[in-house]
Amino acid sequence: MSLLEVRQLRTSFRTDDGIVKAVDGVSFSVEKGKTLGIVGESGCGKSVTCLSIMGLNNPRNTISEGEALFKGQDLLQMSPRKLRALRGNDIAMIFQDPMTSLNPVHTIGKQLVEAVMLHRDVTGRDAKLRALELLKAVGIPHADRRIDDYPHQFSGGMRQRVMIAMALINEPDLLVADEPTTALDVTTQAQILRLMRTLQEEFETAIIMITHDLGVVAEVADDVVVMYAGKVAEEGSVDEIFTRPHHPYTWGLLGSLPRLDADVERLVQIQGSPPSLLKPPRGCRFHPRCPYVLDVCDSVVPELLPVSNSPQHLQACHLDEETKDREVQKLLAGTLAEAS
Amino acid sequence: MLFLAVTIVTYVIFYVTPSDPARLAAGQGATPADVERVAERLHLDEPVWEQYGRFLWQLVGEQSLGESFVNRQDVNDIVLRAAPVTAALVFGGAIFWLTLSIPIGIISALKPRSLVDRAGMVFVLIGLSAHPVWIGLIFAYFIGFKLELTPITGYADFFNPSQEQGGPVQWAYHMLLPWSTFAILFAALYVRLIRANVMETMNEDYVRTARAKGAPERQVIRSHVLRNSMLPVVTILGMDIGIALGGAIFTESIYSLPGLGRQVLQSYENFDLPVIQGIVVFSTLCIIIFNLIVDLLYAVIDPRIRLT
Repeated sequence: MSLLEVRQLRTSFRTDDGIVKAVDGVSFSVEKGKTLGIVGESGCGKSVTCLSIMGLNNPRNTISEGEALFKGQDLLQMSPRKLRALRGNDIAMIFQDPMTSLNPVHTIGKQLVEAVMLHRDVTGRDAKLRALELLKAVGIPHADRRIDDYPHQFSGGMRQRVMIAMALINEPDLLVADEPTTALDVTTQAQILRLMRTLQEEFETAIIMITHDLGVVAEVADDVVVMYAGKVAEEGSVDEIFTRPHHPYTWGLLGSLPRLDADVERLVQIQGSPPSLLKPPRGCRFHPRCPYVLDVCDSVVPELLPVSNSPQHLQACHLDEETKDREVQKLLAGTLAEAS
Repeated sequence: MLFLAVTIVTYVIFYVTPSDPARLAAGQGATPADVERVAERLHLDEPVWEQYGRFLWQLVGEQSLGESFVNRQDVNDIVLRAAPVTAALVFGGAIFWLTLSIPIGIISALKPRSLVDRAGMVFVLIGLSAHPVWIGLIFAYFIGFKLELTPITGYADFFNPSQEQGGPVQWAYHMLLPWSTFAILFAALYVRLIRANVMETMNEDYVRTARAKGAPERQVIRSHVLRNSMLPVVTILGMDIGIALGGAIFTESIYSLPGLGRQVLQSYENFDLPVIQGIVVFSTLCIIIFNLIVDLLYAVIDPRIRLT
């Protein structure tokens, strides 16, 4: 059994302009100790998917349907009290912006201790020792002194380390990381990703890594879900997505990835911008931006189907496989000089 | 700087106003010669800048605000006698408006469009629209006169029970109406302020972090929302108290409280410059001091401002 199995998740927001279907029938599963990358442009529903699983959307204007089975229990049907007991304990989350994700008026020690005390019946002193242990594990220098510092006394990278420490402090089975490196500079990004991988092995945590950066996915993910406009465009193992991508949107994402090992004149960009989810395009949601658009694309919604001879690799595109193979060869020849 | 600017402006305004304080001070039926003598005694015959210099000299050298034109009383005494009354009104009023606005503000922020929120908004509209004089008269009429629950006017001394009215009980009894009148406008403002701040803080990322940790809603609000949302309230509260200490003119007039506001009104009618100037000096000091207190307090609540 998968650690987390999401089936037909739908999340919509009521807004003044109408109902926004931010997530529309998304399914995926996360295996124990593995990393799932969720990729897509801004506004395609990646974060909302995870917030729905965590039950962190504003209940006042959000409706979530479908199933999110965590160890067999449906998170969406769970009582708030039971969900709270899971959150921060079995499932933890780190956020995009470490500058604003820590409370400015409490010391980081206090915030870490709070995370422990919420789920463990321990004394404050033990909780603080645990906090110290984690701060050392995430590589904060002079952790015993810095534990009494306030968030503003840390740099962005250090704050994200604190966030990771806080997320892992109760040894969760699943860590949801919502663009954890987006707000950081490139060298810090690499450090944080390496740290997450090391800790993942140490704690045997499964990770959902939300990102718009395929480079990050290539580095950490085992499986990949490519999302577009609230739907899954393609999903499969990281090897399949990078060597046999089947969806024109994935091609676009891959083509826009800068590479040092290939001689590329210009980066390819996907024309246009993601559609408004208030009124998504009919048929395939990618068709207005798709260079390979067919007649069926604007009327029939493509189903998410397995690729022939690779049942784990799913894709939702009307294009026939021959054309796809040909285009992929071109793409790989052009941008992925050495496909790895 | 602020201090100099404020006092100079007071002097200038006083002298451009068409008036003859010497004649008023000399009293009715005074001959022109009398008026001249009075003017000379009060140094009103000197140029403005000399008078201002004399005022500053006295203030710095002797810590004296001078004497009243009208009754030759020491202005220091006048201010010190009136200030406690105003202070009682302002601080009591502040407690009133905070106990009223903090719970209403927080509840309406947490449950927008609920009954409390809507009732709170009605209260805010009334509080903002109604003039304190009108509210004061309404209160005085219904609560004081019709229901005879409280005295309508007057002030009872807190510390000198030897007088016919005095002592803490009488004092609080007399202050009830003024407090509520004075507090209503501010309570309305603060309900809005607190509601907006709490709602804004609820959307902060660290509040989401706290929920992601599995903290129950009560703890999220108590430990992560409230303190952060009170930061701006503290600033504004400090300034409001500082300003109000200079005299709550309307409230004091309605209830005949012998505070700074009523004093300044009376002195203005008599063109009693030293007393006006004294009260201006005093309230400027209050504003400066309270801004300082706010800054210090801020450092206590907000670690980002703390000096290392």
